[in-house]
Amino acid sequence: MLVLFWTDVLIYLLVAMVVVFALYARRREHLRAPWREVGRSGVAMGSLVVLAFYVTIGLLDSIHFRPALQPDEEAGKREYAHEILSVFDWLVTPLRERTEKTYSAPFAANLYTKETVELADGRQRRQFPRLKYGARHLDDPATEKTADIVATGLSAAVKGVAVWGLICVMLIAALARKKQQTFRSVFTRMLSGATAVRWRSMLYTFAVLLVISFAAADLSMEYHILGTDKVGEDVFYQTLKSIRTGLVIGTLTTLVMLPFAMLLGIMAGYFGGWIDDVIQYLYTTLSSIPGVLLIAAAVLILQVYLDNHADRFSSIAERADLRLLFLCLILGVTSWTSLCRYLRGETLKLRDTDYIQAATALGVRQFTILTRHVAPNVMHIVLITVVLDFSALVLAEAVLSYVQIGVDPAMNSWGNMINSARLEMAREPIVWWSLFAAFLFMFSLVLAANLFSDALRDAFDPRLRREK
Amino acid sequence: MNDSQPILSVSELSTHLGSGSRPIRAVDGLSFDINKGETLALLGESGCGKSITALSLMRLLPASGRVISGTVRFGSCDLLKLSESEMRRVRGGGMTMIFQEPMTSLNPVIPIGEQILEALRLHVGEAGAAGRKHVLDLLDAVRIPDPGKRFHEYPHQLSGGMKQRVMIAIALAGEPNLLIADEPTTALDVTIQAQVLELMRNLQQQRQMAILLITHDLGVVAEMADRVAVMYAGQIVELAAREPFFAHPSHPYSRKLFASLPTMAKRKRALHVIKGLVPSLHARFSGCRFAARCDDAVAVCHEYPPAWHTDGERQVLCHLYEHGREAERREDTSTAPIPSHTARPAKPVREPLLQTRALQVHFPIEAGVFKRTVGYVRAVDGVDLTIGAGRTLALVGESGCGKTTVGKSILQLIRPTAGSVRLDGVELTGLSHSQLRRRRSDFQIIFQDPYSSMNPRMLVGDVVAEGIKAFGAGETREQRRALVNKQLLQVGLSADSVTRYPHEFSGGQRQRISIARALAVAPKLIVCDEPTSALDVSVQAQILNLLQRLQAEVGVSYLFITHNMSVVSYIADEIAVMYLGRIVEFGPVGDVLRRPRHPYTEALLSAVPALDPKTRRGVIRLHGDIPSPSSPPSGCHFHPRCPKSAELCRQHYPRRSRVDDQHYVNCHLVDDEPIPGGARR
Repeated sequence: MLVLFWTDVLIYLLVAMVVVFALYARRREHLRAPWREVGRSGVAMGSLVVLAFYVTIGLLDSIHFRPALQPDEEAGKREYAHEILSVFDWLVTPLRERTEKTYSAPFAANLYTKETVELADGRQRRQFPRLKYGARHLDDPATEKTADIVATGLSAAVKGVAVWGLICVMLIAALARKKQQTFRSVFTRMLSGATAVRWRSMLYTFAVLLVISFAAADLSMEYHILGTDKVGEDVFYQTLKSIRTGLVIGTLTTLVMLPFAMLLGIMAGYFGGWIDDVIQYLYTTLSSIPGVLLIAAAVLILQVYLDNHADRFSSIAERADLRLLFLCLILGVTSWTSLCRYLRGETLKLRDTDYIQAATALGVRQFTILTRHVAPNVMHIVLITVVLDFSALVLAEAVLSYVQIGVDPAMNSWGNMINSARLEMAREPIVWWSLFAAFLFMFSLVLAANLFSDALRDAFDPRLRREK
Repeated sequence: MNDSQPILSVSELSTHLGSGSRPIRAVDGLSFDINKGETLALLGESGCGKSITALSLMRLLPASGRVISGTVRFGSCDLLKLSESEMRRVRGGGMTMIFQEPMTSLNPVIPIGEQILEALRLHVGEAGAAGRKHVLDLLDAVRIPDPGKRFHEYPHQLSGGMKQRVMIAIALAGEPNLLIADEPTTALDVTIQAQVLELMRNLQQQRQMAILLITHDLGVVAEMADRVAVMYAGQIVELAAREPFFAHPSHPYSRKLFASLPTMAKRKRALHVIKGLVPSLHARFSGCRFAARCDDAVAVCHEYPPAWHTDGERQVLCHLYEHGREAERREDTSTAPIPSHTARPAKPVREPLLQTRALQVHFPIEAGVFKRTVGYVRAVDGVDLTIGAGRTLALVGESGCGKTTVGKSILQLIRPTAGSVRLDGVELTGLSHSQLRRRRSDFQIIFQDPYSSMNPRMLVGDVVAEGIKAFGAGETREQRRALVNKQLLQVGLSADSVTRYPHEFSGGQRQRISIARALAVAPKLIVCDEPTSALDVSVQAQILNLLQRLQAEVGVSYLFITHNMSVVSYIADEIAVMYLGRIVEFGPVGDVLRRPRHPYTEALLSAVPALDPKTRRGVIRLHGDIPSPSSPPSGCHFHPRCPKSAELCRQHYPRRSRVDDQHYVNCHLVDDEPIPGGARR
């Protein structure tokens, strides 16, 4: 049975918007040209592949359902589990279900803590017990483990390369058919990096990612490749689950903020006078309030509400989702001011341009002027800000969750992982893998987003546009 | 150095821009000499490579540019072989350059005196008190009043003309043998241009300095040059001394340039235009570069490039001057007369189309937290204008006099502070927003800059259709499309333009699109705000022809805002001269241009560089710059700059006096026939 969370619905809406915008941009040269410029940048296209990986996982994690239980004797009536799963959870079921007792290091065969075990002869001994799942297939992990990891990793890498090769061949064939060229000519052009879209860097990045994911997939069936946390949950699974949280914060916040920023910014710039004054006072006031304070207050109020109305939510997941949505709203409300300010400034400049004067002289209605002349000409600023803000918001989530005013503690997020790892940093020997895993995934997402947004800004910002 | 030896000798200079595989051959085999104390004018339209030539000489090319071949001998050394550090000594020392935009050539955060001192320190090694004194001498030499005070002023405190003088002072600091001036007066008003040109002439005589003057303005060439080099598509096509060049330009391109200049004598006839567009400099040329656009071209012109033909003082690169072919030259320069519109009255009818009375636009100056109004910029301060149906009124004046504001306030794009604007019997000033919107089809505007007047994100078809849609003309999409096509054809663009974007068109074509957009709503009045001043002469001729033809066909009236007197003399029926927010002289164009009565009009006309040395009148030099409209001088606004001002002028603003039937002037010196009711302050 399909379950719809609020954030799921908004994500679908966002995907629909992106698709509609892509179709709209396809027919408009002034929108296509900068994107072609982005396509020529190797770094941007490589980052795009990385981002696409994240987005795919995030989207798979956004289709929720309640699995059907084994049908009872009474036929016709299907029972559904109480637990809500996503398609992604279902795909990585072993990862989700294989929980150990407590901490274990990456690729470990034994727990990280000593326990008293009763030996066969009845004596008791303190030792590191074997894990329930990690490296269970090995008889003597001490001697076999390294060889097994290398062998599994290599075979997985070979599989990855094979799959990559297959995809390459299919892509080249498809391109050759579309452009009516021979397979060979497309191949050589792609290899020399002479194509309009930098397929070469995309495919290289794709190769790296495929090899890593195949190796990770195969290895994680036998080991906890990033270890387990305090309650024995697989850290690799947690980080993958955190991807959705990060993406939701990074994108839905923008969705919340855009209408405010665009409407108010353009109105302030275009109409001027008292409208401008009111809007300016509004955003200067809002941006003078410390953002963290506002967020903390709002999240605490929400928490009280959730606690008092616990009966309204059928599951913990639903509660956590509402809190996530609310966090997006709050972040959106506090972060629209800078975009609004940019848009006001740009609109002020545009208002005096000849073509807007000409439109006024032609008797075009003001609303039409705003939508037809002003809005399309500030879109590049919106796009650049949105992409730049994305990485800042992903990082903000981590910080907010760390000070416990972020997402629900029950929800997987990088901030929560860092927060829970904090207490173990002082431990001897140190438990480093939760922090490391969160850092690794967050870092690669934010880096890819930043590199991509740099290329995007170069292509869209008219001041940075280079003479050709 | 020997006097007979040229100071700068350029031979076979070629400069490429852009990618190596498909370069733009911006300069292609250029050779010329400049002698000591001589002015060589490099004349050409935009994109012909004249600025790139100058930058090649200075070795200041943009990153994508490179000199491919050739030698540049300056004195005893080949500039292209010098190391960068040696070249730095030449730049600013032996040879210096001044640029078109004085506003951006000076560092805004350093006082001008310091900037000149820096040049002195670098090239002469003077600093301290001696350097300071030298700076004051230089400021004095470029006739900046009160140099001691100006020394400490920042660029923003100076007017455009002053900044250009400071630039010249910096250029002079290195005591150069050669000054390269790239369009030095293009950004300046005519009266200021006259001052700067005169200054350059005097300095040249005093210092025996050679000048390479780069310009597109034939008038400036006529005033300044000893010899003229005409550039076209990266080549010099004609090289001649000034007098023979202006008497008989030889190359067909040069002749076309002269023929496309608007003048009084060419009124009511179409101007000559050069067909086609400037060729792309990506291409290699097999024949003469101008052949495709030349009316005199014969088969041989397309086959192989012409050779230099020397005739005494002049050299020309043209096949027509080869043996026995001179007879084929056609001297016929007559063009078709413009058919006059049947409804076009010889004189303004009793009820004019547009009438403004005491039109005022004051912009408040606000200060403090509560935006208290502390004063007003009187941009337009009581303007009376009258335009008859189907006629053209030219509104002339220097920049900052408020002429554009008059245009916009007539269109109600800026709501006037006071006064009345009646168009076709309807008072526009009191109309509400929606009433005004319904009337907007009656009056339209064409802007100066063809690049910023169209939304870059809209197709040309949508640009032209905008007004049609706003007024609900054309019920269906097909009807609208038909209307748009009709408009585009009327301005001489093909119907397939509708699916293209504005940036795919040249400046002249864009201006046609603007005209089509304005005409699409069938206006009675079009305000043309300097519609040709961003265009080359030959393109300007096309646009002027188009505007004249449209006036004849549909009987539209124009308010033609411009500072270009030759355009005025060609196109206008009446002329209104504006100074500091007020009209100082108004009358039929012939009367005003031939017998100006206001000292300002006289000065303005005398400052316009004349092509023909015989008709050149002595320049009446105006002192200083236009005062600020926020604090206009007492009495007659013009008196501080007026060569004829008297005590009376300082006290009272002059009344409006009638010179004859339709010629009015506001000057105390013309006070014969005051009109009742016309008296003002």
